[in-house]
Amino acid sequence: MSKGRVWKYGDDVNTDVIYAGKYTYQQLKPEEMAAHAFEDLDPAFAGNVRPGDVIVAGRNFGCGSSREQAAACLRAAGVQAVVAKSFARIYFRNAINLGLPVLQCEEASETMKTGDEVEIDFAGGTIASAGKVFKFPPLPDSVIGILEAGGLLAYTKKKIEGS
Amino acid sequence: MGRTFSEKVLSLKAGRAVRAGEVITVAPDYYLSHDNSSAIIGEFKKLGLKSVVAPRKIVIVLDHIVPAADEKYAQNHKTIREFVIEQKIPNFFDIHAGVCHQVFSEASFALPGKVIMGSDSHTTTYGAFGAFSAGIGRTEMASLWATDEIWLRVPETLRIEMTGKPGPGVYAKDVILKIIGDNGADRANYEAVEFAGPEAGNFSLASRMVLTNMAAEMGAKNGYFEPDDQTIAWLKARARDAYEIVKSDPDATYEAVLKYDLSRIEPQIACPHSVDNVKPVSAVVGRPFHQALIGTCTNGRLEDLEIAAKILKGKKIHPRVRALVLPASREVYLEALKKGLIEIFVAANCVILNPGCGPCLGAHEGLLAPGEVVVGTSNRNFKGRMGGRDSEIYLASPATVAASALEGKITDPRTCL
Repeated sequence: MSKGRVWKYGDDVNTDVIYAGKYTYQQLKPEEMAAHAFEDLDPAFAGNVRPGDVIVAGRNFGCGSSREQAAACLRAAGVQAVVAKSFARIYFRNAINLGLPVLQCEEASETMKTGDEVEIDFAGGTIASAGKVFKFPPLPDSVIGILEAGGLLAYTKKKIEGS
Repeated sequence: MGRTFSEKVLSLKAGRAVRAGEVITVAPDYYLSHDNSSAIIGEFKKLGLKSVVAPRKIVIVLDHIVPAADEKYAQNHKTIREFVIEQKIPNFFDIHAGVCHQVFSEASFALPGKVIMGSDSHTTTYGAFGAFSAGIGRTEMASLWATDEIWLRVPETLRIEMTGKPGPGVYAKDVILKIIGDNGADRANYEAVEFAGPEAGNFSLASRMVLTNMAAEMGAKNGYFEPDDQTIAWLKARARDAYEIVKSDPDATYEAVLKYDLSRIEPQIACPHSVDNVKPVSAVVGRPFHQALIGTCTNGRLEDLEIAAKILKGKKIHPRVRALVLPASREVYLEALKKGLIEIFVAANCVILNPGCGPCLGAHEGLLAPGEVVVGTSNRNFKGRMGGRDSEIYLASPATVAASALEGKITDPRTCL
């Protein structure tokens, strides 16, 4: 469990504003990716985000392109999880594959505000913030193996070595 | 109880009868990647394998930043070309070929009943030919190259039944924009979208590709049109492999059925900064803008260029706008040349770009300065996508874009027909 602060955004936060197309085909290092996170949505984010912070958003977080730097840049910025009402399909897969927890919780998304303190208990399935505790549904079995291995590449590597 | 197309295709692949909601592991038939292959190669190499499992399933098309705009992009392309030779990947299309989704379809990897994964969100396009095709990320593509398997959740299906002939000046783009505007950018998240009803078959294959391409903008995992005589005629000359037509059962279960009377739809436009911010063109007529864009994987096919050329023929675009035209592929480009369309565009003062993604994704050629506005036929209008954070993107049909380029302001194409 680690504590962080909330950065709150709205519905349909798309991959272009999380990580702009002009950087997508340049192969940047993690810290360079982190410096461009949310550039076109919230220019104050990259300079002020701290390890352990949590993104809270509305519906359809990560819609748009399949670019997985939109998940990688947040992880590189130290974001411990994204909490949203729902996630776009490809973003959900990418985040899991890169080891960025994506938690679906309507109530937490409604209640939490920018600057709130937040503490997430991944094993217990709870988000504690502003004196309240929210429960999030467990991730599907199919993805737990990938997260436990530390992401899809590590999972695949283990599988290849095992066979 | 019957099954949907997606349930049936994935049942065939899984070797057992599956229903929506189940998670299965499958070996896809083809996997597509583009300029991001260079990043995929980087991930693949971390796995410590000497070679990819199934080189014949890999299809790579360079299209995103072609020709390379700078040294970094040139290095990406070089890395990909070397890997293609080293791994003996037979299906590689270099910078001359065009946008991956058009090239993949022309080269007929998009076959009925095939399961296709692409590391591009508009991989949904191949449903126009009755394939099951969905987008994934780079890491998953690297894993596919290494293992030839991927987990998939069998999607629920949203069925869209279309009746009524579209009126003059109304095209597939207007229909899909209307559907997205009415239902929202996440209406079909995780779902298959099946385009059906009596009008579905009246759309050309090129128009079907517009609908399945933009199903991605409703969050869809895949799109689908039932193959028909048009599909079979197209495949007769091209099919590279045996295929099996898979159709939804008449008593299949759908998440919902939406009904659209196309005769009641007028030309539509998606306004900044989301694809579901859709209005009738008539509501924004007169809005001045700076650049027109005709092309991309959504609307860069021959029929699109024909519609635009018909409007621009013998005329010049407004002196205060510039217009970019990109044929979706080399094949489309050659056909457009033979039909004299390119001459019409050049005479009208349009700039012809080489086939590829062009400025759509915001990496090169034809980007916008802060405060500028583009009216284009592409598929996304997210803030800052095509240049400065303060620029604006409107999305419409080739007819609306061509008519607007002539007038120098957003124009209802029905006034130019």
